[in-house]
Amino acid sequence: MTAEIHRDDLASKTGMWLFLFTEMLLFGGLFVVYTVYRYRNPQAFHLAAEELSVFIGTINTIILLVSSTTIAMSITAIQKKNKKLALMLIGITILLGLAFLANKYFEWGSHIREHIYPGSPVLTLRGHGDVLFYGLYFFMTGLHALHIIIGLVFIGFIASKIMRNKIDSGNYVLLENSGLYWHLVDLIWIFLFPLFYLIT
Amino acid sequence: MENETNHIIPYRTYLYVLAGLIVATLTSVAVTQISLGTLTVAIALFIAALKSSFVLRIFMHLKYENRMFSAAVIAVTMLIAVVIIITLLDYLFR
Repeated sequence: MTAEIHRDDLASKTGMWLFLFTEMLLFGGLFVVYTVYRYRNPQAFHLAAEELSVFIGTINTIILLVSSTTIAMSITAIQKKNKKLALMLIGITILLGLAFLANKYFEWGSHIREHIYPGSPVLTLRGHGDVLFYGLYFFMTGLHALHIIIGLVFIGFIASKIMRNKIDSGNYVLLENSGLYWHLVDLIWIFLFPLFYLIT
Repeated sequence: MENETNHIIPYRTYLYVLAGLIVATLTSVAVTQISLGTLTVAIALFIAALKSSFVLRIFMHLKYENRMFSAAVIAVTMLIAVVIIITLLDYLFR
């Protein structure tokens, strides 16, 4: 008698998408808050947004776009039974994710050195609009960075499964799901970047 | 088992999309450096939406998946858009 393990990839992906929808609504809610506060404090938001580094923001956007490409390509590699290339592409994705976090660390560090962080006395003196802008900036980019960290752990776990041949060309829905999560994190950044860095 | 549709997307396709996304990013940076007021916001958000559609359709495979997924993504996106519009209408006309 052969034991066949039941697998339903469509259900697995559906579950992942449903989870991604809750993530979209979570950030969607924050975008509503941002829209209202920006509308009510246009001048403060304008001046505060000009203090963010468009250069670092652009670099981080490109880093995330490339990392999304490499994780997407790793699925093609797995489908073509090229385990080595798949692992290499996943490795690049993880390195790019870490590079994104390193940039964020320096970016936040420079704000904090200038005494700009939620609850700082310097920020309070600058007025209500600045408090709201930086409150949203730290909260939204912080929540996004937390998602990057979770995504890196998820992808690292997938890589270990590929190494142990638990994920291969016949069973790679977990790799696809980790990719979906990573792309969602990229999608959120695609909106955070213009809203905080570009529109001043 | 009929689990995978086995649609293999060539590496090339992803690289073309990446090139497009980077060009779109640089375009939005360039456009927003020129101050055009409300139009700047509209252009930046339009480019962000365009980039998202490529990420969703190609990277996230919506183009090749069951239509159910695309329909659900559109529904959730519209829900968020409607909430933003209704909230703004409230603030604009109170």
